[in-house]
Amino acid sequence: MRETRFWTWHMAAGVVIFFLLGMHMLIMHTGLLGHVYAPFAGEAVSRENSQFRDSRLTFTVSYIFLLGFALYHGLYGLRTILFELTLRPAVEKVVRAVLVLLGVGLFGLGVWAAIGARTMAAVGARG
Amino acid sequence: MAEIKRFDNRLGLWGWLGGGRWGLERYAYILHRLTGLGILIYFLMHIVVTSLRARGIYLWTEGEILHRPVFRAGEFLVFAAFAYHAFNGIRLVLVELGFAVGRPIEPVYPYRTSLNVQRPLLVLMMVAALALLVAGGYELLAWEQ
Repeated sequence: MRETRFWTWHMAAGVVIFFLLGMHMLIMHTGLLGHVYAPFAGEAVSRENSQFRDSRLTFTVSYIFLLGFALYHGLYGLRTILFELTLRPAVEKVVRAVLVLLGVGLFGLGVWAAIGARTMAAVGARG
Repeated sequence: MAEIKRFDNRLGLWGWLGGGRWGLERYAYILHRLTGLGILIYFLMHIVVTSLRARGIYLWTEGEILHRPVFRAGEFLVFAAFAYHAFNGIRLVLVELGFAVGRPIEPVYPYRTSLNVQRPLLVLMMVAALALLVAGGYELLAWEQ
């Protein structure tokens, strides 16, 4: 039952990522959105354009959501692949612990960075 | 709590890498996993690199290394993997939820496979992935010029 729930979350996270990462890709790597979220000259990923987005609460929140959903989706997918190789129970336990620690650690780092970058961008905007 | 019955994967890696004669959808699934692994490796590095901006370091705009053609090509591959994984993933979710697999019928000989019913969905999703790849990939590769 628990595995079914994890798998359902994995699929649901995939659908959420489809939209959030889709937007992320359209903004950062294509001209399809006309660089609406990159008002400064040059590339959409330039320092100025990155700081512009970092200063918006919508982006900070969406980065954190995307980070959480993508980490869960990716690491659970990796776990599924590894477990299909029929590992010994002790190894499965270690794999599970490593993936959880990795996920929580990177989520913490990403949240810290999103909030820190927003603070820096806000200070920069005030001069 | 009910335990899920699990079977030994006697074939090891080949157990999920080998598609045999299971049809195009099976190979699409294998590629889905491979692109997923590729995206995951990139994503974990991406988190670390982009987190540095909280310390004022914008590694992707500084220096020459990340602007070399080999990194551009790598970025294009990540984008291609994303386009494929995203649309094939939507197909897998739809199929998992019972859409586009046809109505259940009595298994009367000669048996009919539901894979033939799924095929238009696969084609549709691949066309969508290709359209995204052309739209996004063009700009990625043309960026340098």
